[in-house]
Amino acid sequence: MLHDATILFQIAGIGIIVAMIHSILKQMGKEEIAHVATLVGFIIVLFIVLNRLADLFQQIKSVFLYQG
Amino acid sequence: MDILQIVSLAIIAALLILLLKEKKSTLAYLLLLFTGVILFTVLITQITHVFSLITYMSNQANIDRMYVEVILKIIGIAYIAEFGAHIVRDAGLEAIASKVEMAGKIFILLLAMPILTTVIESILKFLPD
Repeated sequence: MLHDATILFQIAGIGIIVAMIHSILKQMGKEEIAHVATLVGFIIVLFIVLNRLADLFQQIKSVFLYQG
Repeated sequence: MDILQIVSLAIIAALLILLLKEKKSTLAYLLLLFTGVILFTVLITQITHVFSLITYMSNQANIDRMYVEVILKIIGIAYIAEFGAHIVRDAGLEAIASKVEMAGKIFILLLAMPILTTVIESILKFLPD
């Protein structure tokens, strides 16, 4: 349970850092790099969440005897 | 004891999501999805105990194994469809959520088909021809 909470905080941390990087780069005038940085942060978080989602669906399949 | 952990995790996640919402709503939505996944993985271990009890009792009452399996599958499909529909509805997309719910209903109906036919056949047998 604690392990999940740490991942939750990591994701929130990544989100906040990406938001800061985005605004900093925007002030420096490098607009497109800001968008790229946001995209990279988004993809990292997406990987983390999708892995857990895949595990969850695997468990659901085994628990609910669902083969379809 | 477990319920306290779940509630505190939900509250912390809600706060983090609100924190991220105005700056990066996409990441907030991913956090929302992640919290849903965590809470359900925690629940799934408890669900297995309930289901093992159900299957044990059905063996005692020697109900046909096929019926119990169909029931468990229907519960599983219902829950996954409802889980997906609520997550998509939280993102604000009402149309897709209703489509997901409709798909869930159709799959449940498909699964229940053989049982319906056996019920109807047994009823027809009672009726005098």
